[in-house]
Amino acid sequence: MSDGSERPPLIELSGIGKTFGGVTALSNVDFVLREGEVHGLVGENGAGKSTLMKIIAGVHTDYEGTYRLDGQPIQLRSTRDALAAGIGMVHQELSIVPELTVAENVFLGSQPVNGAGIVRWRHMARAAGEHLKRLGIEVDPTMRAGNLSLGLQQLIEIGRVLFSGARIIILDEPTSALSPPEVERLFQVIGRLRGEGKSFVFISHFLDDVLAISDTVSIFRNSRHVRTAPAAAFDKAGIIELMIGRGHEELEESYLHELMLPAASTAPVVLETRGLTLRGAFADFDLTVHEGEAVGIYGFMGCGQLELVRALVGKLRPDSGQLLVAGTERRLANTAAGKRAGVALVPESRRSMLFADSPIYRNVSISVLERISRWLLKPAVERQITREKIQELKIRTASENVALRTLSGGNQQKVALARWLAYRPNVLVLAEPTRGMDVGAKDDVVKIVRALKEQRMGVVVVSTEPETVLSLADRILVMRRGRITREFAGETVGKDQLLAAA
Amino acid sequence: MRTWVLRRLTAIAPLITLFFLVAIFASASPSFSTVDNAANILRQVSITAIIATGLTFVILTAEIDLSVASVANAVGILVAFFTVQEAYVNIANVPLPGAFAILFAVLAALALGGVTAFGVVIIGIPSFIMTLAMLQIGAGISAMLVRGQIAYNVPAVVKTLGSGTIFGAPWIVIIAILFLAVGHFVLTYTRFGRYVYMVGGNREAAEYAGVNVKLIVAAVMIIGAFCSGVGGMLGVAYYGSAQQNQFDDFLLDSIAAVVVGGTSLFGGKGGIPNTIIGLFVLGVLNNGLDHVDIDSFLKILIRGLILLLALVINVYAQKIRAD
Repeated sequence: MSDGSERPPLIELSGIGKTFGGVTALSNVDFVLREGEVHGLVGENGAGKSTLMKIIAGVHTDYEGTYRLDGQPIQLRSTRDALAAGIGMVHQELSIVPELTVAENVFLGSQPVNGAGIVRWRHMARAAGEHLKRLGIEVDPTMRAGNLSLGLQQLIEIGRVLFSGARIIILDEPTSALSPPEVERLFQVIGRLRGEGKSFVFISHFLDDVLAISDTVSIFRNSRHVRTAPAAAFDKAGIIELMIGRGHEELEESYLHELMLPAASTAPVVLETRGLTLRGAFADFDLTVHEGEAVGIYGFMGCGQLELVRALVGKLRPDSGQLLVAGTERRLANTAAGKRAGVALVPESRRSMLFADSPIYRNVSISVLERISRWLLKPAVERQITREKIQELKIRTASENVALRTLSGGNQQKVALARWLAYRPNVLVLAEPTRGMDVGAKDDVVKIVRALKEQRMGVVVVSTEPETVLSLADRILVMRRGRITREFAGETVGKDQLLAAA
Repeated sequence: MRTWVLRRLTAIAPLITLFFLVAIFASASPSFSTVDNAANILRQVSITAIIATGLTFVILTAEIDLSVASVANAVGILVAFFTVQEAYVNIANVPLPGAFAILFAVLAALALGGVTAFGVVIIGIPSFIMTLAMLQIGAGISAMLVRGQIAYNVPAVVKTLGSGTIFGAPWIVIIAILFLAVGHFVLTYTRFGRYVYMVGGNREAAEYAGVNVKLIVAAVMIIGAFCSGVGGMLGVAYYGSAQQNQFDDFLLDSIAAVVVGGTSLFGGKGGIPNTIIGLFVLGVLNNGLDHVDIDSFLKILIRGLILLLALVINVYAQKIRAD
């Protein structure tokens, strides 16, 4: 028995189950958090860890099983309830208000006022400063929060949660956007608070970070709790194995076997970046894409991949470095220039790529209008092109004239692909191409990418899901905090290696 | 039938408003429903129609132009400034041949639109604020040029198009119809028009589809200023004088015409047919109130209330369709 388990449980969940519209998110999960403990929580996307934390923090109030706080059964009705009970959550997207000062952020929603209802600014600044100092955070409380580094903003948010009376703090991916010294400082603050008896749940994809700070680690897989043990009992490889579930039952969807990547392509290069850098997003990025090759970029949320793909098509302008399309250096002024150069992006969210109220054919033809008409539109040609793509991609729709929003999510995604299939760029960049798709639709995407490669198009697939990258890419780059950490080419690779490199 | 009606309710709602207004005014006043008065209404909405044509482009891309009336005023005064005035008009003007006066006035309209476009697209000022500044700049140009005076003369061509007739038909109405027709054609049948709708429908998606969004927005702002300028020039001829603040009512009227007609302020939905219905609603309302015998001060309030009602009906019609 480690000393952790001798302390009384603070939170005790047992037999927790939760479904969303028939889809199981959690099934019969037990979870114990003890006083003065940092409890690491790991698992793949969709393993259920976020759902569990949202139950603890009062976001989800409708679930099976029992929730005990300090040994007493409790039914939280809201996050406000949870906070009143001493449970606070710091989300990956911080809720710091950048326009307000540090002090205002610390006191957000509970500003001290005098008898006339006037905010006591000086008192507020002093109290906030002292409070943060006690946590070991040295910052001028009158500074605008937005001017501070992300790491400091996060600490201030933790400070606010504590200030509102929390003794249990749930941190969701707290280190994903931090530099190593910032991570170090965060860990110091957590360590100090732990010494004072505060408890933390630390959710992260960064296993090194989890192992460095946690006393106890719990692993989740496919909506189930797999194992909980003191952190010292784990190593990184062991955790990855438990997360993926090698040799276990629910494996149809994950990559049980290692995948043999094909030998490096010798076809001409269609897209190349040399030292491409965008401050705060990615740095020194060297990417080479050959004709008919699909390059996968795998990395966790927030590793800079979304900025990278935007820089490739001219939506964001890199600070330095070169971008070459088919051997010619380009400085893309906008996405129109990117498209003319032959680079197109299917972004990660459907809302930002589709015209929901427009008919399907207008969603498809928008990429090729310049080719089919100089001044006047030719709707008959637009419809014809769209009909061909509907057949080719097996898009399920009554006709090309119905509004796009009547289609299912997977079919909408295919419409976005159809648009670029009609245009045939040199390079098509796909961000999260299979997000939210069922297995059948995912298979269709695999086929579409194969067809693109046969047309000698270069493809870049960017995803936070290892399966997506593994199933679509010929060569895989792993990205971590804006840089390439590992390249897999012409060798066997599995999900565990991707996870370990990220 | 029921679903057919429901689906088209957004388009039909302004028409219903229009029919109601016509019915009410026709029953309230015998002088309202005459051929002469119908012709009056057409003439009265013509300048608004020219300005609203450009504004339809602007609003379809989810931008706004609050400077339309002010630009119209400035360009109208400018064309008079370049024309010989009577001796008693005490303006330090620069008389030019009529063709040049018109050319310079049109160029000035395009330049004002260009400045707006630059501010919105390159600097990134929201069009609401940018055109508010342009409203003031246009007013400033007007004030500087006439210095409190009134000019009366405009080039002959402008005078004919603004106040003349051909075979008994007022030129101003013909020009308005021409503007609306060309506007409709461009929006419906050209590639540029499609881009206007797509940019308004989902700007981000248009950008990722490779549309040069900034170019489209710049173009609609310039089109808006051009239409305003032409409206202002012809308006000076129509009213027979050029003076400060003469077009102030046209800001509200042109925006109301576009929006009451059912074009969405959020962009992407609507078009010139909507604007035409909106123009009629506004024309009938403004004209009809003059035919009924009520306190003229109360009329201003009534006009506002009816416009509000028309907008409320539009919003509900849109909601019903969405369900």
